[in-house]
Amino acid sequence: MATMSRPITTLRLERGGADDAPVSARVRIEALSASFSGKPAVKNVSMDVLDHRVTAIIGPSGCGKSTFLRCLNRMHETVSGATATGRVLLDGHDIFDPRVNPTAIRKHVGMVFQKPTPFPTMSIRENVAAGLKVHRPSPTGRELEAIVERALRRSALWDEVKDRLGAPATGLSGGQQQRLCIARALATDPEVLLLDEPTASLDPISTQSVEELVYELRKDVAVVMVTHNMQQAARVSDVTAFFLHGEMVECAPTAKMFTAPQDARTEAYITGRFG
Amino acid sequence: MSPLQTVPAGSLNAHDARDARETRPSARQRNAAARTARTLRRRRVVNAIMVSLLALSAVIAVIPLVLIVYHLGRSGLSSLNVAFFTQDPKSVGEVGGGMANAILGTLMVVGVGAAIGMPIGIGAGLYVAERRATKLATVVRFLADVLNGLPSIVMGIFAWEFLVRPLGHFSAWAGAVALAAMLVPMVTRTTEEMVRLVPQSLREAALALGYSRSRTALTVVLRTATAGIVTGALVAIARIAGETAPLLFTALGNQFRSTSLNKPIAALPLQIFQYAVSPYEDWHRQAWAGALVLIALVLTISLVARAATQSRVDAGSE
Amino acid sequence: MTPSNAAAPLPDSGQGTPNTAIDGQDLQGGGWSDRAYDALLTAFALCVPLLLVLLIVALTMAAWPALKQFGFGFLTSSDWDPAAEHFGAAPAIYGTIVSSVIALVIATPLAIGVAIFVAEFAPRWLRQPIGFLIDLLAAIPSVVYGLWGIFVLVPALRETVMPFLRDTLHLGATPFFSGPAYGPSMLAAGVVLAIMILPYISSVSREVLLAVPRSQREAALALGATRWEAIVGAVLPFARSGIIGGIILGLGRALGETMAVTMVIGNRHEIAASLFAPGYTIASLIANEFAEASGDMHLSALMAVGFVLFVITLLVNFVARWLVWQTSGGTRKVG
Repeated sequence: MATMSRPITTLRLERGGADDAPVSARVRIEALSASFSGKPAVKNVSMDVLDHRVTAIIGPSGCGKSTFLRCLNRMHETVSGATATGRVLLDGHDIFDPRVNPTAIRKHVGMVFQKPTPFPTMSIRENVAAGLKVHRPSPTGRELEAIVERALRRSALWDEVKDRLGAPATGLSGGQQQRLCIARALATDPEVLLLDEPTASLDPISTQSVEELVYELRKDVAVVMVTHNMQQAARVSDVTAFFLHGEMVECAPTAKMFTAPQDARTEAYITGRFG
Repeated sequence: MSPLQTVPAGSLNAHDARDARETRPSARQRNAAARTARTLRRRRVVNAIMVSLLALSAVIAVIPLVLIVYHLGRSGLSSLNVAFFTQDPKSVGEVGGGMANAILGTLMVVGVGAAIGMPIGIGAGLYVAERRATKLATVVRFLADVLNGLPSIVMGIFAWEFLVRPLGHFSAWAGAVALAAMLVPMVTRTTEEMVRLVPQSLREAALALGYSRSRTALTVVLRTATAGIVTGALVAIARIAGETAPLLFTALGNQFRSTSLNKPIAALPLQIFQYAVSPYEDWHRQAWAGALVLIALVLTISLVARAATQSRVDAGSE
Repeated sequence: MTPSNAAAPLPDSGQGTPNTAIDGQDLQGGGWSDRAYDALLTAFALCVPLLLVLLIVALTMAAWPALKQFGFGFLTSSDWDPAAEHFGAAPAIYGTIVSSVIALVIATPLAIGVAIFVAEFAPRWLRQPIGFLIDLLAAIPSVVYGLWGIFVLVPALRETVMPFLRDTLHLGATPFFSGPAYGPSMLAAGVVLAIMILPYISSVSREVLLAVPRSQREAALALGATRWEAIVGAVLPFARSGIIGGIILGLGRALGETMAVTMVIGNRHEIAASLFAPGYTIASLIANEFAEASGDMHLSALMAVGFVLFVITLLVNFVARWLVWQTSGGTRKVG
């Protein structure tokens, strides 16, 4: 494949001190535009998603941040009339290449949605293992149990559900269901995890537990999180991108974004003058 | 005539309103008020009469059901015995015997018909629900509705023309195909409805896990909708189980027990028809017993289906 | 740990999963299962239009000899003589239409009344049971209606209703209620059909009425209308085309109903003005004579009347579905 030889970009976060370790871009987005039936939703966005970092996408509703996120695992195209142009490079491979099977992309790029989406006909265990069924070879028996336990531990749900793994997943609370969905996405060991307003339908306590989880997750994966909540972006993200009317206005380390925004529109938004 | 007309013009102004209260109503105003009260009374009476008539129509509509159930119970129960379920018919005019062959035949023809019709109907329904925007989906949905309204006798002629006439003999196969042709449009529509109830978010969640569209449809969408689809299919099966007309040209009926799909076969509704129009008292008795068994079969299937839907709806609304 | 501070130290990238790059070959291939699934599903969906095409082919083929032989006269001739091999469908067509009209005249007001009652007036606890009982009427097999018709309804008509209409109400003076009361008759067929189509008209009307937006009736009630006035003035106009669609659906059922009619109509080739006289409908003619059809032309003539029935009910259903779709948007399954 031609794009294989493409060098992986190495960036440095402007944080200073001992943490100033080299981080690579896991996903590189080049001139990405997306539209629904001809109506543009994302316009010419280029940015890097760094490995082992949480990237937050903020902006007022309707600014194209969810559409942008859904382009990164080719979920955008599942809506009829949706189109996308530009390039999204996952470890250097263009995911829009016509030879690429979108289901393969989604095995590497996990996603969690706004509302918890446990499969109602499956138990807690079956839900966590659901994604593994499409992996070859798919694990069974002990190995499967171990993966389920690890995923549930990583999503901080293990202690709450370990005694009732066979119970229906719909019996869990909203926050538990969302952490179950995160466990389901983690079970397949994705390289990138996309979170589409993961706490939008949760109460404050569940929100806090999910935020803590997101913060922990970057040990293993690159996280991209869409949020309408600026405080949340400030709390958990390393890099923040601000979207407005389908365009990316600014992308910078979170601390810098919230203390010294470069663009007047960014400043107006984060100081609460609109949105 | 409206109540508003009795209020003098301009009285909406606060001062005028006070003035109006202080002045006594004129004769004209008193007349108008009386007239309004009268029409209001008349309108209320009309309302009461119409509501009673509506309630009465509900009562009248239920009377035939009560009568049919009563007569079935009276004439059917007394004619029902063990022999009815275990014996085949005796020769013409002889007293006794039963409809074991017809019960077996109905189970076979309906079973084979369901085996043919249900997969096609479920597949078509899944298509119509999952590709609802396509032209073919709209056409299929509309034609399924049209086919559902066609007389069942037409399905019998269809199976006769293709499976009986060319082969030169009646068969259980042909009967099953005729019933399957009735089943397909019914199951298509009920499946579509149930699949539509599966939230889009579940499909997205499955796709985002790397599921292919086919795996998503089969293991998430269909599995979530299974209870509803089964319910719809049961209702449809209950309906074809009671069908007679399509079988007249296909399964034909048989006085003897047959388990061959290539031969004419008896069916409960056919047997009831033949016995009911016969001149024999004992056959009339057996026709009532057969009707009771048939309706018990049909209603049990429908009630089970209905109970399943009900508990689903209750569970879904929590 | 509480990530309350954005400046919290980043985890060391070396501690997590190693940065293994994704293999490009991994991302390609597959998708055949989706293609197979699409093809299979499309094939199943195509079965529905295919079924209609096959129905048209089957009926045309079966009816062709008779249609060719008798031409348009087949529809207008009342001569049905298997011995002379001359066939005319006029009495059966007449009987089909008359019995269906009787059924509609009896069933429509009742069915709409029940629908309005259930949708608008019935207390909540009564709504479900009434709807359920009416739906049960639709679940009773046709042959059971026929059996009940032969042994209960027809004797009742002969002994009580027909003499009452003819003599007590003096309707015998009109041609429609005159002549001897045999029992099996056009009237009996009409009454049985009325009972059978009532649930269809009623359930479609109920669905359509329930689809009328709340605001429609609330606006009328707010203007001081009584509930009946609100229904006549605001709800029914909104639901009208849907209810008409339901009535036409009921008509479609009545036109093609076979067993119950065959068992009570008396089966005679005759156009009689009196509803007390026996007659034939297309469906009952086919059902009654198919078994003893003498010769190919007789059989083809039966299929030709079946073809006529098919065309009529197809048209009726197209119109009805179109009307119901107009109101309900085609999303609800009705009837």
